[in-house]
Amino acid sequence: MLLFCVCCLIRCLRRRVAAAGLSVPLLNWPSGILALASAMGDWMTVTDPGLSSESKNISQNTSETKMSPSSLYSQQVLCSSIPLSKNVHSFFSAFCTEQNIEQSISYLDQELTTFGFPSLYEESKGKETKRELNIVAVLNCMNELLILQRKNLLAQENVETQNLKLGSDMDHLQSCYAKLKEQLETSRREMIGLQERDRQLQCKNRNLHQLLKNEKDEVQKLQNIIASRATQYNHDMKRKEREYNKLKERLHQLVMNKKDKKIAMEVLNYVGRADGKRGSWRTGKTEARNEDEMYKILLNDYEYRQKQILMENAELKKVLQQMKKEMISLLSPQKQKPRERADDGTGTVLSDVEEDAGELNRESMWDLSCETVREQLTNSIRKQWRILKSHVEKLDNQVSKVHLEGFNDEDVISRQDHEQETEKLELEIQQCKEMIKTQQQLLQQLATACDDDTTSLLRDCYLLEEKERLKEEWSLFKEQKKNFEKERRSFTEAAIRLGLERKAFEEERASWLKQQFLNMTTFDHQNSENVKLFSAFSGSSDRDNLTVHSRPQQKKPHSVSNGSPACTSKLTKSLPASPSTSDFCQTRSCVSEHSSVNVLNISPEESKPNQVGRECTNPKWSVASRPGAREGCYSGCSVTCTNSHVEKDDLP
Amino acid sequence: MNFSEVFKLSGLLCKFSPDGKYLASCVQYRLVVRDVNTLQILQLYTCLDQIQHIEWSADSLFILCAMYKRGLVQVWSLEQPEWHCRIDEGSAGLVASCWSPDGRHILNTTEFHLRITVWSLCTKSVSYIKYPKACQQGITFTRDGRYMALAERRDCKDYVSVFVCSDWQLLRHFDTDTQDLAGIEWAPNGCVLAVWDTCLEYKVLLYSLDGRLLSAYCAYEWSLGIKSVAWSPSSQFLAVGSYDGKVRILNHVTWKMITDFEHPATITNPKIVVYKEAEKSPRLALGSLAFPPPRAAAGPLASTESKYEIASVPVALQTLKPVADRANPKIGIGALAFSPDSYFLATRNDNVPNAIWIWDIQKLRLFVVLEQLSPVRSFQWDPQQPRLAICTGGSKVYLWSPAGCVSVQVPGEGEHCPLGGTLANERLSADTHHGSFGALSGT
Repeated sequence: MLLFCVCCLIRCLRRRVAAAGLSVPLLNWPSGILALASAMGDWMTVTDPGLSSESKNISQNTSETKMSPSSLYSQQVLCSSIPLSKNVHSFFSAFCTEQNIEQSISYLDQELTTFGFPSLYEESKGKETKRELNIVAVLNCMNELLILQRKNLLAQENVETQNLKLGSDMDHLQSCYAKLKEQLETSRREMIGLQERDRQLQCKNRNLHQLLKNEKDEVQKLQNIIASRATQYNHDMKRKEREYNKLKERLHQLVMNKKDKKIAMEVLNYVGRADGKRGSWRTGKTEARNEDEMYKILLNDYEYRQKQILMENAELKKVLQQMKKEMISLLSPQKQKPRERADDGTGTVLSDVEEDAGELNRESMWDLSCETVREQLTNSIRKQWRILKSHVEKLDNQVSKVHLEGFNDEDVISRQDHEQETEKLELEIQQCKEMIKTQQQLLQQLATACDDDTTSLLRDCYLLEEKERLKEEWSLFKEQKKNFEKERRSFTEAAIRLGLERKAFEEERASWLKQQFLNMTTFDHQNSENVKLFSAFSGSSDRDNLTVHSRPQQKKPHSVSNGSPACTSKLTKSLPASPSTSDFCQTRSCVSEHSSVNVLNISPEESKPNQVGRECTNPKWSVASRPGAREGCYSGCSVTCTNSHVEKDDLP
Repeated sequence: MNFSEVFKLSGLLCKFSPDGKYLASCVQYRLVVRDVNTLQILQLYTCLDQIQHIEWSADSLFILCAMYKRGLVQVWSLEQPEWHCRIDEGSAGLVASCWSPDGRHILNTTEFHLRITVWSLCTKSVSYIKYPKACQQGITFTRDGRYMALAERRDCKDYVSVFVCSDWQLLRHFDTDTQDLAGIEWAPNGCVLAVWDTCLEYKVLLYSLDGRLLSAYCAYEWSLGIKSVAWSPSSQFLAVGSYDGKVRILNHVTWKMITDFEHPATITNPKIVVYKEAEKSPRLALGSLAFPPPRAAAGPLASTESKYEIASVPVALQTLKPVADRANPKIGIGALAFSPDSYFLATRNDNVPNAIWIWDIQKLRLFVVLEQLSPVRSFQWDPQQPRLAICTGGSKVYLWSPAGCVSVQVPGEGEHCPLGGTLANERLSADTHHGSFGALSGT
């Protein structure tokens, strides 16, 4: 039973020992157990030097007081770090052998009892009898030891982690310390620099103060100098003036008092006074009259000014009155509201105002002198003004409230609508602009298509006139084109007629030939003549036809295509533009030579109004240029300049 | 604008008569009077020596010709060409001569300002006024011609004497609180006399006709003071231009300053219109080049045309750096004049010599600035309408009116250039609305 129990315990211990990392073969006990126990105890003492100073002291005490092999060994163990991985057998053999079991046990017992464990021996019944080893106690001890060991291990671990933590803390603190030290150093340096600067600035300041003081002194000195100079100058001036006056006096005496014959006036005859009156003697009366007149003038002036001031005052009063009336009328519809709200406080004021208004509305009040009415007037105005002000402020508040509420009301146009409208309008504007642009381009093309030279001239300011003229030309040209069209139609008709005639003629000729042929058979001698005649006739008729047909066809497009650019270009180039009209006439006559007579009749009539129009435009130009030439203003100059330009163009 | 032909002239002596009907001009010792409408010579008078000064009497009936070198004054009548009058100042000499407002008395100032002699054309009487002060503007007549104020200097003190012009009786005599009086000027209504001190001290004193001191105004101390003074035609304002480049406007009720107009060298307010004269290079017409080039084209000054451009603000005006260590420095408001309707005030700042400032008096702010190409010599308002004529010593005359401004080339020889101008009264006949403008040749 006991054995079994021991076995169980041993197994348990083994497991624990294995867990603790000791591979002690516990089977050969008790020596193994003992070795383990001693190892445990030693180890405990070795690895836990700082766990409990008490136990350490105790262990040391014990190890020192009792010289034992285990203590020796423990010394050995201390020297050779952790010997557990070494050969355990040899190690155990060093401590407990077959021979010294008893001693070992007693030693261990001693040791354990000193540590406070129960004795390994059984309670001795008698003193003499040899004490038996109590296995239960041993095992209990072992268990205790192991628990202790584990506790120690845990504590060690804790301590180690704590140690690590503390170490890192220490490092951190050290680095912090270093950093702070550095900072301290730099700030100290900075402080020194600042102190130095401060010192310098103070020095400068002192210098500046000194300078300022000097300057002030200087200014003072200069002012004194100026003052003294001024006094001196004044004194000198006075002295000089006195001298000058003396000299003048002398001169006066010398020049004036001596009867200077030269000083005289020669007059043919004396003229009458401007006012027609006669001069009067100077007496006390005249003096008094002069004084009177002077005061009269002054009085008149003052009266005039007083009148003006009165008028101004009256006007201002009128304005004031009007303002007051308007104020009252403005404030009266609003009067009810504050009345309803009795706590408003304005109600009392308003009633006052009403009374005042009733009083002051009498016109006579305004004609009273200011002093009596002034206070009333100003007071009432002030009151009303205050009311107005509060009202306006209220309105402002309302407005701001409305603003805060936003523009969700229906009567306000929504932003989207607005934007849409503006977008639409912008689009329209864009379209209009484009239209204008295209129109301009077309105009440009119309104007520039003819000649490159015109472009330079077109840049000048008289584009409008040009356009006008071009329009005129254009209408003329259109008319001509119509005429041409008419001519062409007549030509084609003529051609058709000719064709018909020719056909008829052909038929006639065929019949004639037939007859001839029939005749030839009868009159052989006439044959040769007839043939010659036929060939000549037919050839001539062909040629005639050709010319008649081709000429108008050739001429017409030629004249149209050639004539129009020539005339327009010439027109744009030159103001008189007579060559263009002559060109037109020529081309037309050219055409009309080969055409019917009625066209020829038209052409001179047509050219006449054209020339008249030109004559009309020419004087306009001269009129425009004359004031420019006279005044020398630059618009006139530009006109003359362009005129000269035109002339220059015409010269080559 | 129409120009007459060029008349010969000497000593820039050319004056329109006060009624605007006649034009008197001098050529050496001859006096020529022309009719303004026809420009025909009406009278030709011959004086004893070269004429140095001419003046029309207020009623346009007489002309006074002074020959200072000889101490002589000759008077001519327009109505009676054979009438003549000769005043000889003898050994006393003559430095100034002027008409009294009634046109029947002549005031001659002798050399050294010893006295003023009043010669009457009506009677044989001669009056003397002693101790006249030699200053910028020592004599002033009221506009109605009743009173004359005269600055005097006795015992190193300034006095003002007020005389009744009808009989030359002394009305008031009072001393002024000035150090060295520089000028006096009656207000147009004839009731207030402005007296200002020398440029060393800023001081304006305002005296009533009866000699009471109404007010004294001093803008600052210890610096150069007043340079020019002008009354507004309504007598409502007194404009005082000073060496600090400001014009101060005093009112006629309290005689305190209403506002001051600074003349900054840069104009930044976009409301102010700045007209800048710009030269226009002459355009040479190819066809019109004659072989010996005409004289007008030869002189570069005469041939250049100019026009006004509206400069966009901010505009920096050309300024002159004054010489600090010389007397009469070119700084401050040297000239100022109200328009006849007193709506505008034209000023010239002497260290911005090319510019004319025109101020709106109704709004009391700057209205227009004209910047010329050369320094402004003189400017004068049209007596009938708000129109300003300016000349710069070139061959052009510049006219400004609220509608705009124009530069006009004065036709004539190449060396012909106007130095000063006089605007005649507009004739009452309504056929022309232009006051005639006399351009004076420098030759």
